[in-house]
Amino acid sequence: MKTKLKLSKVKVIRQREISPGVFVLSFIRPWDFTAGQVVGLAGHENDEARLYSIASGELDEEVDILYNINPDGKLTPWMAQLNTADNLWVSEPFGSFTGDEEKAWWIASGTGIAPFASMFRTGLFKNKKIIHGGKDLQSFYFHQLFEPELNENYIRCSSRENGEGIYHGRITKYLREHSNLPLDEKYYLCGSAEMVVDARDILIEKGIPFDNIISEIYF
Amino acid sequence: MLTVKESLLGKTREELTQLTIEMGLPTYTGGQLAYWLYKTPIDSFDQMTNVSKKARTALSERFDLGMKAPISESVSTDGTKKYLFNAGNGKFIEAAYIPDGVRHTLCVSSQVGCKMGCLFCMTGKQGFQGQLTAGEILNQLRSIPERAKITNIVYMGMGEPFDNLEAVMKSTAILTAEYGFAISVRKVTVSTIGIIPAMKVFLENSKCNLAVSLHTPFEDERKNLMPVQNVYPIKDVVETIQQYDLGKYRRVSIEYIMFKGLNDTRRHVNELARLLNKVNCRINLIRFHTIPGTPLESSDDATILDFQQALIAKGIVTTIRASRGQDIEAACGLLSTKELVKKKRENVSDQ
Repeated sequence: MKTKLKLSKVKVIRQREISPGVFVLSFIRPWDFTAGQVVGLAGHENDEARLYSIASGELDEEVDILYNINPDGKLTPWMAQLNTADNLWVSEPFGSFTGDEEKAWWIASGTGIAPFASMFRTGLFKNKKIIHGGKDLQSFYFHQLFEPELNENYIRCSSRENGEGIYHGRITKYLREHSNLPLDEKYYLCGSAEMVVDARDILIEKGIPFDNIISEIYF
Repeated sequence: MLTVKESLLGKTREELTQLTIEMGLPTYTGGQLAYWLYKTPIDSFDQMTNVSKKARTALSERFDLGMKAPISESVSTDGTKKYLFNAGNGKFIEAAYIPDGVRHTLCVSSQVGCKMGCLFCMTGKQGFQGQLTAGEILNQLRSIPERAKITNIVYMGMGEPFDNLEAVMKSTAILTAEYGFAISVRKVTVSTIGIIPAMKVFLENSKCNLAVSLHTPFEDERKNLMPVQNVYPIKDVVETIQQYDLGKYRRVSIEYIMFKGLNDTRRHVNELARLLNKVNCRINLIRFHTIPGTPLESSDDATILDFQQALIAKGIVTTIRASRGQDIEAACGLLSTKELVKKKRENVSDQ
């Protein structure tokens, strides 16, 4: 059944598997966008487009899309097979989960880190703290980017594996244990619905005004 | 090894006909199956008395009828009933039967859990656990005792219907088809938080009514309540609806939960009137049923009444939805979440 996003054809210029089953697909940037926005992607013009956050910076020449293979889905197993010069159908960017220069916490699980990578690469990383959750040590995509700039303000939460400098447990456990969360800063959440809803509930419990919590969900 | 048979419930007459042809059965068997599935309360192949014994045997070897009775029901003092269905793998969905004079409404779920993460929603707290098939959506009607009484169907239970568009479209087609449940398209309402691409498909391919969860006309406030606003702003949702000629009978309603001090002021009345200026719609004001862990409270009755009068004065048809089933976990998702938590606790204690 066709949904109604207008799609244009782009050529894949690169595809990298950055972790088992997790890829970054790149194409030449055909439009301007604001860091944090999403695009619709499809295999054919008439296919249903799925939404993905852009992971590259606003001024980068290429658009990066971070995705993992959903074995039950149609699009991502197909996307993972794409090679350089293959075609992909893409919508124009849209959405308003966008960052600014103000102090904020960027909280993501899994590939939900993509919009924050985009904001980071656009230069919005000052005054930011990143909390990234993943099941194992290979889940911290773009850590090479974040680590040198953010140092102790880059927190990785691994639910299944221990590692040096890695918090052992889920994001929600980290937030629960963290006292004195600043009440006047913004908290951006991106990831699975379960993480977003649970983390939001914890932040509210800890006294963060709900209008300081901005959420992006996958669907 | 136990094999799961494919369900017949949820198949269109065309699909039923096609599968009977593939099985070498007479072409008319498809129509007979549709009749037994959608027009009668039978629950076994043996009861299909006009289908040959040979055909019944062949069908039962390959297919399951797909009906699953609710595992529990809660009955409110006001007559509202809430049914809990087992969706498999320790997951649950809810359907609510709401009698009101000659009107008997069934509120059905379209997903197990929900991905949308609205701040005021209990279902969202379960996270997303899976899609329902068209058959599983229709089963909520097919398998309850009040089945024959139902006059109206609303897709306002668990899940975002337009995040499961194909199954929802197919189920509405069967609900409204002459060969199916034959409920008028005017009596079927699909509710959405405003997933625009899917909403366009629905507006173009269905004649059923549309309900949009709006809850505040201001972008920043809506973002705090409903993350979908980041992707599909309400302004774009309303503009999209304006592009369609909805005809004389098709209804668009705007769902508006009243939150104390948040979205119940004159400023909201004025902005709602401005936003909906060119849309032929009605507004349904809804009291908020408090859920655990939310910072939101319901506006009081006087404020809701005042809000209604102010909107009516602006020329907008505005109703206040009667609160039903408050004594039986009326807020959608409460019952199934409790069951889910219970199941998880049982699993933990078993380990």
